[in-house]
Amino acid sequence: MTDEPLLRVSALSKFYGSRVGCDNVSFDLWPGEVLAVVGESGSGKTTLLNCLSTRLLPSSGTASYRMRDGQFRELYRMSEAERRFLMRTDWGFVHQNPADGLRMTVSAGANVGERLMAVGDRHYGKIRATAVDWLSRVEIEQDRIDDEPRAFSGGMRQRLQIARNLVTGPRLVFMDEPTGGLDVSVQARLLDLLRGLVTDLGLAAIVVTHDLAVARLLSQRMMVMKDGRVVESGLTDRVLDDPRAPYTQLLVSSILQV
Amino acid sequence: MTDIATYNFAYLDEQTKRMIRRAILKGIAIPGYQVPFASREMPMPYGWGTGGVQVTASIIGPDDVLKVIDQGADDTTNAVSIRAFFKKVANVAVTTDTASATIIQTRHRIPEHPLTAGQVLVYQVPIPEPLRFLEPRETETRKMHALEEYGLMHVKLYEDIAKHGRIATTYAYPVKVEGRYVMDPSPTPKFDNPKMHRSPALQLFGAGREKRIYAVPPFTDVVSLDFEDHPFEVQTFDQPCALCAAENVYLDEVILDDHGGHMFVCSDTDHCEKRREEGHRGHLAPEIHLASEKMEPAQ
Repeated sequence: MTDEPLLRVSALSKFYGSRVGCDNVSFDLWPGEVLAVVGESGSGKTTLLNCLSTRLLPSSGTASYRMRDGQFRELYRMSEAERRFLMRTDWGFVHQNPADGLRMTVSAGANVGERLMAVGDRHYGKIRATAVDWLSRVEIEQDRIDDEPRAFSGGMRQRLQIARNLVTGPRLVFMDEPTGGLDVSVQARLLDLLRGLVTDLGLAAIVVTHDLAVARLLSQRMMVMKDGRVVESGLTDRVLDDPRAPYTQLLVSSILQV
Repeated sequence: MTDIATYNFAYLDEQTKRMIRRAILKGIAIPGYQVPFASREMPMPYGWGTGGVQVTASIIGPDDVLKVIDQGADDTTNAVSIRAFFKKVANVAVTTDTASATIIQTRHRIPEHPLTAGQVLVYQVPIPEPLRFLEPRETETRKMHALEEYGLMHVKLYEDIAKHGRIATTYAYPVKVEGRYVMDPSPTPKFDNPKMHRSPALQLFGAGREKRIYAVPPFTDVVSLDFEDHPFEVQTFDQPCALCAAENVYLDEVILDDHGGHMFVCSDTDHCEKRREEGHRGHLAPEIHLASEKMEPAQ
């Protein structure tokens, strides 16, 4: 670990015409740190995530990423080829809907192996061995390796998507509602798995979620967004236990108690 | 033959030929790159070689000798019709002899007789995009070509091995041209892929419906994609041609009766006939030497 951040975001804004997507967002993300972005739907958290992962270009502001050679590169000044290369090697993106992040018509093994082949791996046996290894790490039985994700349950698809993203050993993973649409017991297992992987691999992650419980379990730090602006940020425990902004207080007090 | 004046030479108007020649030149300059072109309506349906015919029409001159093959054969409908078409609209000499042809338009085979410098092989291509069945968006496949993102092509080969234990793709086997563009060699059997590598002949590909032209200039590297532990290999046949006893050629299965009788014969009819004229006999070759004698009407 160095004393330099992995990602520096400064005054990032995205406008859709006159509408605000996200406005003047700044933060640093450190290696191995999990940052949760919470807020109600329409608060701009997905826009922010898409801008950071260069799937969208922001209207203004900068984001620089510390490459593996230690040099900071400004994301929006990179060529498309460089950005796409970053996306499939040093980054991961876990979609809320696994169908968006998986190739549904090729086998689970090929889904995991695709990134390896994309960076030039040309040894079938090794690719397959890596795929087997990753499937077991995300608790998918090995005999499902040649099945298509179409034949998988929602929870398995999500785990497969995670394996597919982590196979190249990324340093930064973006997650958009990774547990959305899963029932609670499956959610719990997935969160447990994610927490284990993030700690074991020392991943940095930006997790967008509307579920404060997910944020509390996964993240060390969180940002609360409302109407495209960050209304509060700080250590997760502090924000959840002692919310200061009125909106955060409302959000925290809206959690259903069982 | 007498009404040739009613057509422009080689059917297409001169402006169209210039447009197609520009696309061909660009294709040659960027080996394996698919150049869009304004494909014309031809007097034949899509899928019958409209792309190949337009390329041939644009490059053919009065002194050219044209050969047309369809799955290796000179005597099938498609081959006969296209040959007759150019005889009519360009008044060129036609042949079935591979060595004496200057332009060979082909559907899905490369002749067995080695091609030489100065010859042009024109392929008819149904679907020029090798990534099409993996990625349906044209915008995306173009970007993948531009950025040289070809991992997906190997995903297909991976799937083959996972499902069948080997690379089961037998035709339209993807190749990398000059270390840069991944190209569909048109649905030729992969048996023919090695013949494309550093071929002395110019290879042009025309896809009429998809409106793309691409090219492999002479002596260009054409490498079939594979895995280190599953290297590319061509089909092998465990018996020679039943008519001319040729080995190491591509064979077609011909059904003889409805009791399971079949034989394997050269798909390249010109090659097979030449060998039989030279006296090579397969185990099912007819006794009479020349086919024409045998076919003498009985009346």
